[in-house]
Amino acid sequence: MSTVLDKLRGRLGQSAPRPDGVPKVRGQFAFSSDMFAEGMLWGHMLRSPHPAAAIRSIDVSQALLIPGVRAVITSDDVPGRKTYGLDYPDQPVFAWDVVRFMGEPVAAVAADHPDTARRAAAAIVVDYAPTEPMTDPAAAVDAAPIHPLGNVLHRQWVRCGDPEAVGAVVVEGRYETAMQDQAQMGPESGLAIPGEDGGVDLYIATQWLHIDQEQMAACLALPLEKVRLHLAGVGGAFGAREDLSMQVQICMLALRTGRPVKMVYSREESFLGHVHRHPAVMWYRHHADRDGRLVKVEARIILDGGAYLSTSTAVTMNASCMAPGPYLVHNAVVEAVAVRTNNPPCGAMRGFGSVQACFAHEAQMDKLAAALGMDPVELRLRNVLKQGDSLITGQVLRGTAPVADVIRTCAAAPLPTGGPQTAAELELPGGAGRTAERTRVRRGVGFAVSVKNLMYGGGFDDYSSARCRLEDGVATITCAAVEVGQGFVTLAQQIAREVLGVADVILAPPGTADIGSAGSTSASRQTWMSGGAVQKACFAVRERLFSCTATKYGVSAETLAILDGRVVSLDGQIDIPVFEAAGGEVLEETVEFHHEPTAELDQNGQGDAFVSFAFAAHRAVVDVDLDLGLVRVVDITTSQDVGRVLNPVQLVGQLEGGIAQGVGLAVMEEIVLDHGRVRNPSFTDYVIPTALDMPPVHIAALIEEPEPGSPMGAKGAGEPPMISSVAAVVAAIRNATGLELPRAPVRPQDIALAGASRGPTLASSPNNVEVSQ
Amino acid sequence: MLVFLPVSLEEAFDAFEQCPDAHFLAGGTDFMVEVNFALRRPPAVVCLRRVEELQGWRVEGSEVVLGAGITYTELLAPRLGELLPGLAQASRTVGSPQIRNAGTVGGNLGTASPAGDSLPVLAALDAKIVVASKHGRRSLELADLIVGPKRTTLAPGEVIVEVRVPAALGSQQFLKVGTRNAMVIAVANVALVADWAGRSVRCALGSVGPVVIRAREAEEFISARIDWEGRTPPSDGDLAEFTALVRSAARPIDDHRSTADYRRHSVGVCAERALGRVFSGDNREASERTSWAS
Repeated sequence: MSTVLDKLRGRLGQSAPRPDGVPKVRGQFAFSSDMFAEGMLWGHMLRSPHPAAAIRSIDVSQALLIPGVRAVITSDDVPGRKTYGLDYPDQPVFAWDVVRFMGEPVAAVAADHPDTARRAAAAIVVDYAPTEPMTDPAAAVDAAPIHPLGNVLHRQWVRCGDPEAVGAVVVEGRYETAMQDQAQMGPESGLAIPGEDGGVDLYIATQWLHIDQEQMAACLALPLEKVRLHLAGVGGAFGAREDLSMQVQICMLALRTGRPVKMVYSREESFLGHVHRHPAVMWYRHHADRDGRLVKVEARIILDGGAYLSTSTAVTMNASCMAPGPYLVHNAVVEAVAVRTNNPPCGAMRGFGSVQACFAHEAQMDKLAAALGMDPVELRLRNVLKQGDSLITGQVLRGTAPVADVIRTCAAAPLPTGGPQTAAELELPGGAGRTAERTRVRRGVGFAVSVKNLMYGGGFDDYSSARCRLEDGVATITCAAVEVGQGFVTLAQQIAREVLGVADVILAPPGTADIGSAGSTSASRQTWMSGGAVQKACFAVRERLFSCTATKYGVSAETLAILDGRVVSLDGQIDIPVFEAAGGEVLEETVEFHHEPTAELDQNGQGDAFVSFAFAAHRAVVDVDLDLGLVRVVDITTSQDVGRVLNPVQLVGQLEGGIAQGVGLAVMEEIVLDHGRVRNPSFTDYVIPTALDMPPVHIAALIEEPEPGSPMGAKGAGEPPMISSVAAVVAAIRNATGLELPRAPVRPQDIALAGASRGPTLASSPNNVEVSQ
Repeated sequence: MLVFLPVSLEEAFDAFEQCPDAHFLAGGTDFMVEVNFALRRPPAVVCLRRVEELQGWRVEGSEVVLGAGITYTELLAPRLGELLPGLAQASRTVGSPQIRNAGTVGGNLGTASPAGDSLPVLAALDAKIVVASKHGRRSLELADLIVGPKRTTLAPGEVIVEVRVPAALGSQQFLKVGTRNAMVIAVANVALVADWAGRSVRCALGSVGPVVIRAREAEEFISARIDWEGRTPPSDGDLAEFTALVRSAARPIDDHRSTADYRRHSVGVCAERALGRVFSGDNREASERTSWAS
């Protein structure tokens, strides 16, 4: 019995260990790139070297002559629809007539050896006529279309209140965020195996199996049931795996050759072969009264969508609706436009439109505080959204909105002791390069707050499916929710243990064949949605378990409960282990869980488009080398609105991981483009934080106010850590330097070469909370 | 691909004679990346790690003789670190522990990247580089070995055998600017040696030109202005002039890692700080020796 109780410790609210944790640490976990099938071929993609070019001709004959080459395919070979896309299929499986970004697939090869495939791809002769790439998103709005569907991917207006309203104090700014990459560790990879029925089985690392299946079936001209997807081990995602990568192409190769085909992107190819975070240019004007209450927010946001639509529509919607941040604003005029350019396609990445808007609205709040001579934290507190308030979309906040709590607890946490005078040399800005001169290092503190909508909205019927099967006291959960590292596999087990009182919970491999869609592992939604579906399925099985027991013992099912792995009645007469209660019967239930319906936004951006919102506050402390412009982030303190903590260790992991990506965007991460060409497609040159760049994270408070409508009271926690951490770090650098720094990431030259503008403002440090030590 | 695993120079030379298209491998931290990216596909590789004559180091008179196969990790070890503090500082900035375990000084020289971290230190120490082939040995200065980005004067079949540098010469400083706090390719780096006995300052700049640049004018200017007897720090005016001369010696470019303007600016800051540290008593040396090895 004691062992059962030990296992039951992995229930909701406890730090249940991850089933995949030890294998991943030991290198025993099979990632998608580790797969092997007898007789398999290797696929390789030929990609456009040009950001914009006409294709005059493609000659594959030389490639086919290379021994070991089994197939070469181009757009002509796509059996069904020649395009795909999450929202609208505007992206070619293989480019024909024209290429619109550097790295766009043009052809693919299957060969006996990966090197042969690579050489064969290089032997394909594509006659390109390069054209001038359109790479300036602001200019692209009105420029000649680079795609038949035009250059404006989506335009979202949000208008509320009086557009003529004027405040006593007005601050303006123009802000920019760069193109960030998800930098997931596992490169795109998959294994396609042709089926005897003319269909295909694809083992793939993705974020949403069923949406891949839908898009693939259309391109492959196969019925859905002949395109069977199975989840392969995912090495991180962060949005990079929402769009199709190689799915259609390797299935075509497998179907063409009748043999399994494996493809693994190189790191460089991965950088070229998945979407990135939309770079943004944002103009903001805030009006406030003399007491610091916001009167009006005006914003114009241009998002560079790159060559194809991907999720630009939803990113634009988020950026526009979240444009003012977590503040009550009665009058707003916001326009967000996603634009098509010849830059790499942009789509989903953690934070999804909110990261960009937050960078701007939080800089504006600091500017406003400076203009008013008010403490920036106090200014925020005066304007926070509360339950019952309306967003600028007219939607009333019916869920929890502990914005003031996250701000207060985060701001009240003690600042780190010490300073650049006493820090270990490796921990000064410049780190191992030993460049810092302590007298020229200045400390700064910055504060930022964010709001993120959770789950899919805008009228989309978002749902998840799950099955629970209880047999001999062992629960088996079947759900197509993709584990990308966020911890759903742990949570699903916790839920089953909690509801059914069983110790052993098996998770069936996620796939499209046995169960309906679970929706995407994104938008901070799986804990709520698939967690909700698993819980609902377990509840349904428990109900049947109780009814079996009730019938057998002649008691009312309402008197039964599950306690420590046993079915018990309130009067104490029944007390039997769960595995006995079912009496040998197999109990199985399959359910769908839908969240509350949402509405589409109207032409003024009004409507109840969102399900729920999560809020977070971040306070960053940085040390800045004033002469070299190098930054060391010393500390991040955060409070987050989480609804309910379901797994403390995993929650901390989400907070720390998100902050690492936030620190990255704040001070180093950027896809560098030169006329549409990616200049740094490697981890040598696309730098992400190392242990010396990542500060300790202090969690000031996890605000647990159970969210109505959330099956377990929890709010998704994956995205908020990445949103305001960016704004907080840059605010801290502004505080240290007195510079405006309107762009993320802040590059060393932005500080070191700011020149004359530094002098007079340095001492006053107007932008942020006071440093008191 | 043919792979040779010689244990002596003689065997290495034989291997090369057998396979004149072979590439010498000394660590592979750059080379293997190119192989993995399919940018290079050499028909044969001669691995130098096992070659006896390239291992270890020794002191000969006032010189330290480094086997070309010495790794960055070995350069960080306490005894060698004390003899060659500038090289130890530079080694600590190279990559990750794994990279420092694999990468070698000979490899850094042979690759001849403008951003090679050991190169400015070797330049500032006036290192002599000994190369050898079947046909004999020769000794040359860094500037005569590395003549362009990734371009050396090594003849086919020639192997970098050893590097000779003065032991514990004066005060040595190395500063490296990168876009993150560790494990990063230099945006700019500076090595500075103040030779108290020889009454000269030598300053070499990396990543701000096609090859490592000695800031000769700056060196001559400040060497003449320094109070070598009293060891008092240079005046602010002299420091400013020195910094300006260092900046004017740089020949940086704009690329995806940084801008020419920032590189020029930052070598000035680093050189100024390096010179300042030479006169600041520099008790950081002792306290940080342990941290180099970490």
